[in-house]
Amino acid sequence: MRNVKALIAVAGMMALLAAACGEEEVTPPGGDGGPAVIDSIGPTEGALSLIAWPGYTQKAWVRPFEQETGCEVTVKYGNTSDEMVRFMRQQGGSLYDGVSASGDATNRLIAAGDVAAIDVEALFPEYAKVMESLRSPPHNTVDGLHYGVPYMWGPNFLMYNTDEVKQAPSSWDVVFEPGSPYDGKITAYDSPIYIADAAMYLMTHQPDLGITDPYELTQEQLDASVELLKTQAGMINKYWAVYTDEIDGFESGDMVIGTAWPVNQQYVAKVPVASVIPSEGVTGWADTWMMSSNAQNPNCMLKWMEYTLRPDIQTQVAEFYGATPSNTGSCAQLDADLGDAAAIYHCGDEEFLASVFLWKTPLSDCGDDRGNVCVDYATWTNAWTEIRGAG
Amino acid sequence: MAVTHATAKSGAVRRVSAALFRRPAAKLALLLGPPLLWMVLVYLTALSLLLVTSFWRLNELTSEIERVWGLRNFETLWGGSVYRTITLRTAGMAAAVTVTDLALAFPIAYYAARMATPRIRSALLLAVTLPLWSNYLIRVFSWRIITAGEGPLQSFLGVFGIHRSLAASNWAVWLTFCYLWLPFAILPVYAALERLPGSLLEASSDLGAKGWMTFRSVVVPLVFPGLAAASIFTFSLTLGDYITPTLVGKGFFIGNAIFNLVGLASNLPLAAAFAMVPVVIMAIYLTAARRLGAFEAL
Repeated sequence: MRNVKALIAVAGMMALLAAACGEEEVTPPGGDGGPAVIDSIGPTEGALSLIAWPGYTQKAWVRPFEQETGCEVTVKYGNTSDEMVRFMRQQGGSLYDGVSASGDATNRLIAAGDVAAIDVEALFPEYAKVMESLRSPPHNTVDGLHYGVPYMWGPNFLMYNTDEVKQAPSSWDVVFEPGSPYDGKITAYDSPIYIADAAMYLMTHQPDLGITDPYELTQEQLDASVELLKTQAGMINKYWAVYTDEIDGFESGDMVIGTAWPVNQQYVAKVPVASVIPSEGVTGWADTWMMSSNAQNPNCMLKWMEYTLRPDIQTQVAEFYGATPSNTGSCAQLDADLGDAAAIYHCGDEEFLASVFLWKTPLSDCGDDRGNVCVDYATWTNAWTEIRGAG
Repeated sequence: MAVTHATAKSGAVRRVSAALFRRPAAKLALLLGPPLLWMVLVYLTALSLLLVTSFWRLNELTSEIERVWGLRNFETLWGGSVYRTITLRTAGMAAAVTVTDLALAFPIAYYAARMATPRIRSALLLAVTLPLWSNYLIRVFSWRIITAGEGPLQSFLGVFGIHRSLAASNWAVWLTFCYLWLPFAILPVYAALERLPGSLLEASSDLGAKGWMTFRSVVVPLVFPGLAAASIFTFSLTLGDYITPTLVGKGFFIGNAIFNLVGLASNLPLAAAFAMVPVVIMAIYLTAARRLGAFEAL
């Protein structure tokens, strides 16, 4: 009996402690007067700490940057957008100076005040050469303020093993519809944002749903997409979250077809692979270098933004990573270096870029005259748990 | 000089030890203080914070934690069929791994404890613990390679006419878990079998019991605490692991769901609530083990 009382006392103390810990509230940064806009570069700090997609910060172009600016670069790789958002918020945003954020992460960072607004036109002359549609895209420009500079963009195309898939597929139906000849050897991207691929497929195949934008879904449209993905789950060999998972899966023969990034195709070595843009279109991503609003090395970060916008650097990254530069000044060099192979890059191709459904954070505000009837990213996340947990 | 120094030092030690001898309470405090402090501060506090968090809720609009008490998370867990599926899958896997490991561990432990020569016994025990010398991740990754398509496992199964890749399946997860936790099953069973007095077995046979009868009514009851200890290891380790399913499997286990709730959804309260599920399962398991007398010999 005394033991029980002691236990209750300890538990009570813990609760008090927890309540005390709970007192400190997080104050939203930015204040009342809107975010301050950075419009000058001061003396560099000598260090720069970045979060980047694997392959985005190779020695080949990071080393020259270090020599030029004296900023020692350290990189933490982020494997998913959600991980990147989490890293950026560590220690109040003071741990990392910048991030190569994709469109499904950028709006979350902007909305929470995690990243700084920057007067990019004034600071970076190269900005004028950025593709028209990437100069003020909704994924990094809010209320007329720019929150970073565009880096690479690319599609989530359909990759397949040419030994196993003899005829190039023309539709995503091979990965979605029951009775696919590749049942059990299909792969898909392991993230809530992949729901958009299903929604995009339904735009063509179930027009009655009235999906106009795969990222702005009503509950009914989301449910239909989730239904499709649950059917798909039974045919999936393994989902890939990290790009090497897909490379391993293709090389071992466990996967023969599925959504992929250009970098994945680049590094599949043991089996022959090809990729297509199916008739329903593709989702894709456009990445932005963003600066933490609490960056410890803001000037090195601004220098890094200036550096990564340069056409020669973007060409180098594009050729290594298989993504497309945002700076149109890179295209001529890319054509010269790659010849006919440059076609798949669609460098500077506004028409192609317009056909890609670029990742963006789903919000409850549909962004059109439907108003606030769409489902937000939290709902997408729950839906994704539902899909993944059932399989 | 050196001699005086040594005497002075031993004098101080002597005085401290004498003081401690006169005050048993101080001795006990010194002995138990640090570990108790650790238990209360690090372990119990963390656990209570987890419990407290599970009653809070996430504001889905701002993704901030609201410190409002309520059972909403537990309602979500109970109401959403997906969490029940995940819990059943995890507990089922833990049970399957436990049964398999006990079945594999018993003969090995029996041979090592009661039949092997001392030299073979040490070699066997070394072999059992050898995998623990290498990193856990390396062992899981090697199973990923073993179970991958066109890998060694598929060739092996091909010998028996099974032409099927087990890559990314629950079979692969089961095999990996069984391998990973086998040492933790063998060692407690071995320790229990080693303590089994040979005289009891002789007495049993003198009284006319056949091998099976002796095994059932003498060996198993005496070794039961060891079996229970082994099963607690294999069961709880499987229940809590999420790296193995991530690397060699495809389906979600409790750990994967919690990882996603924290990482993807930033829904700490729901993650905390779901983390209470294995705690509850283990509490039930331990209570049941105690009822069956598993801890009596410990």
